[in-house]
Amino acid sequence: MLTAELLEEGQHLMTVCNACRYCEGFCAVWKAMETRTVFQEKDLNYLSNLCHNCSECYYSCQYSPPHLFNINPPKTLAKLRVYSYELYAWPRPLARAFHRNGLLVSLLTAVILIGFMGGASVFMGGRLFQPIHDGNFYKIIPHAVMSVAFGVVGTFAALALLVGFLRFWRDVGESYATLFHPRAIFQAVKDILTLKNLDNDGDGCSLPAETSSESFRWLHHLTFYGFLSCFVATTLGAIDYFILGQHGPPGYTSLPVIFGSIGGVGLIVGPIGLLMLLRRRNREIVDESQTGMDLAFILLLVLIAATGFLLLTLRQSSAMGTLLIIHLGFVMTLFLTIPYGKFVHGVYRSGALLKWALERSRQPAVKAKL
Amino acid sequence: MSDDLAKVDVLIVGGGNAAMAAALSAREGGASVLVLECAPKNMRAGNSRHTRDLRCMHNAPTPVMSGSYTEDEFYKDILSVTEGKTNEKLARFMIRASTECTEWMKQYGVRFQHALGGTLQLGRTNAFFLGGGKAMMNAYYAAAEKRGVKILYNAEVVDLDVADGDFRSASVIVEGKPVQVSAKTLVAASGGFESNLEWLKEAWGPMADNFLIRGTPYNKGTVLKRLLALGAESISDAKEGHMVAIDARSPKFDGGIVTRLDCVSLGIVVNNKGDRFYDEGEDFWPKRYAIWGRLVAGQPDQIGYCIIDSKAMGKFMPSVFPPLQGQTVAELAKVMTLPVEQVTGTVKAYNDAVQQGTFNHEILDDCKTTGLTPPKSHWALRIDQPPFYAYPLRPGLTFTYLGLMVNEQAEVLMKGGHRSRNMYAAGEIMAGNILGRGYAAGIGVSIGTVFGRIAGREAATNALSGNAPSQTKEEAAVHANS
Repeated sequence: MLTAELLEEGQHLMTVCNACRYCEGFCAVWKAMETRTVFQEKDLNYLSNLCHNCSECYYSCQYSPPHLFNINPPKTLAKLRVYSYELYAWPRPLARAFHRNGLLVSLLTAVILIGFMGGASVFMGGRLFQPIHDGNFYKIIPHAVMSVAFGVVGTFAALALLVGFLRFWRDVGESYATLFHPRAIFQAVKDILTLKNLDNDGDGCSLPAETSSESFRWLHHLTFYGFLSCFVATTLGAIDYFILGQHGPPGYTSLPVIFGSIGGVGLIVGPIGLLMLLRRRNREIVDESQTGMDLAFILLLVLIAATGFLLLTLRQSSAMGTLLIIHLGFVMTLFLTIPYGKFVHGVYRSGALLKWALERSRQPAVKAKL
Repeated sequence: MSDDLAKVDVLIVGGGNAAMAAALSAREGGASVLVLECAPKNMRAGNSRHTRDLRCMHNAPTPVMSGSYTEDEFYKDILSVTEGKTNEKLARFMIRASTECTEWMKQYGVRFQHALGGTLQLGRTNAFFLGGGKAMMNAYYAAAEKRGVKILYNAEVVDLDVADGDFRSASVIVEGKPVQVSAKTLVAASGGFESNLEWLKEAWGPMADNFLIRGTPYNKGTVLKRLLALGAESISDAKEGHMVAIDARSPKFDGGIVTRLDCVSLGIVVNNKGDRFYDEGEDFWPKRYAIWGRLVAGQPDQIGYCIIDSKAMGKFMPSVFPPLQGQTVAELAKVMTLPVEQVTGTVKAYNDAVQQGTFNHEILDDCKTTGLTPPKSHWALRIDQPPFYAYPLRPGLTFTYLGLMVNEQAEVLMKGGHRSRNMYAAGEIMAGNILGRGYAAGIGVSIGTVFGRIAGREAATNALSGNAPSQTKEEAAVHANS
């Protein structure tokens, strides 16, 4: 829930910042702020999601603590962001999952792993721990079971994200009609894929520390494109199976394995690097209540990638059954928690960037009026 | 620590733009440098923390400024704001040297906004720091640390040992402990005295109690006062400075940019008796901004109230404090705790005197009053659309101009016109040489950067050569006359 205190903190922040505007050269948040004079809850929801947490503004701020005005944009906007995640969650009762997210994800992982392990053991009649020489994991969990289980959970996750996105979109004052603006979409996609707002024209940003650095951006790229590459690998795998009828395990030089491996490297190096940077952050600008959520998401990605590689290399050994179940257990946990964890930052930030692109496209008209 | 402190070539007092420009420039010259900043680290950099831009001459567009801004145009602007109270030779020298400033600053990691970026109106004459003055100073400090400049925070200079213009040592309280620091040369870059409330009262009388200080609470003017007592020649006057009208609800110190108000031209301003006292529509923003602080200072209890109606809302830069408001002028007067009948009478008299015109805030338009004293000569619209709003105004002192007289080498000049053997001054402490009064945005940082660089270079050369520069008779004569 948005407490009166947090709403007031957000409004105080924007009132001071909008009267100052020294940060307007940094990122989209401040340019978007300048087009407003009142800051209602919906404006704060939009601006907080537009913030990439680069923290340049904090170090540049003449009003940061110990100043009387006590301005701390990265922290205040982070707190507002996580509130907005709860606000848009679907179905609503699951919004609580953002609280103590780390603990929840860990528990869920354990339950799913035990469940999978038990189920598969029963299914295999106790032969789970024997080597399968062709490395065909469909002998452990039949393809149909795998596709149906992940299809259902994946569809649910996608639906939950979509509903969340549309709730955000309408809350911040846009309509379904404004979603389809090709030029704005093109601009937003560019901003998303390049992380322009963490770049400062090549200078980088103040993450993890004051000195500008591009490392956060590059590590995020590794993570994001790693994830994308794994997604492509899975899609190619499905095409192989359903369209090309290749029902065996993909070869080491097949496209699904190549994309999966490239993505896997990204998903190991990227998140571990991000984790190291996050731990070095200035504690004054961190909303500690989100540490568990960040950690849960990062660890899941690394564990999925690591077990994926182990599975690939050990698929003809007796460890394959166990590894497969562990790997799929992590993937299943990720799928289930995607709409209720750190993953959603990408959805709402993309939405905010699209809205910002739209606002820019509307700006000439606004200027003419003034 | 005392070992390190004993060996220093150049001692810099202050921690703002001029001080750090001097520190970096002295390092370029190969000298060892110690910076004494009296503020703690998180409040470092004096008023530079609150700056945003600097004014630079340029004959063609640069990556950070559009168009051109010639020496003559720049000088004309200085002449206009100072009403001639400037030293033409030093001013023109500063203007020409300002052309190099942005590139020099970039070398030390200072970043600028692109020309024409954002909502800036000064994109031609001024270069804007990305993130403002604190970001600029963070870059300077990082560069200075990397280059081996020694910086002490919470280090307040309380006394100087100077004999006949020859600096020997400084008495410093570092983290509460007294330390004696000697150095071959001294750069005084410790700002004006605007946060020394006793000194302000001495200069202005009791009204100074009602002044708000827009910037750092650390500019006490201790070094300035001591050097003047030790025989340095002064420039300008204790009552000269940059004073603007700001929101009366601002903190006593350090409110910075967000407390400025610029709605005077969109309404009327009354004193606490409910009377108008000056033409609110006389001129555009920079000039208007610069005079209203003193106008409010001249009113009873140093307070004014800018009254506007809902037509004006959204037409000026938002302030950090919400306006007072009322559904009627009388209700608003009550909220302001002003005499109701007087305020309603003043608004009515104003409304009755407003002539029909075509409102245009971008030009000196034809919306004015007739038969009203004082008149409102432009942008006069009736105050008739509720709700009505008001902002209380107080004089906000930005910086003071009483300072040390210097020459083009930033050398401190002593009474009688001879140069100090080893003392230099840069920044606000000598800005009065160029700004005898008035202000134009960004000049403070230009003066600080230009003279900081020179002071650092000269101090380093002097310290490393060990030779006191010789004084020519001509020079003494020139400065005695200026």
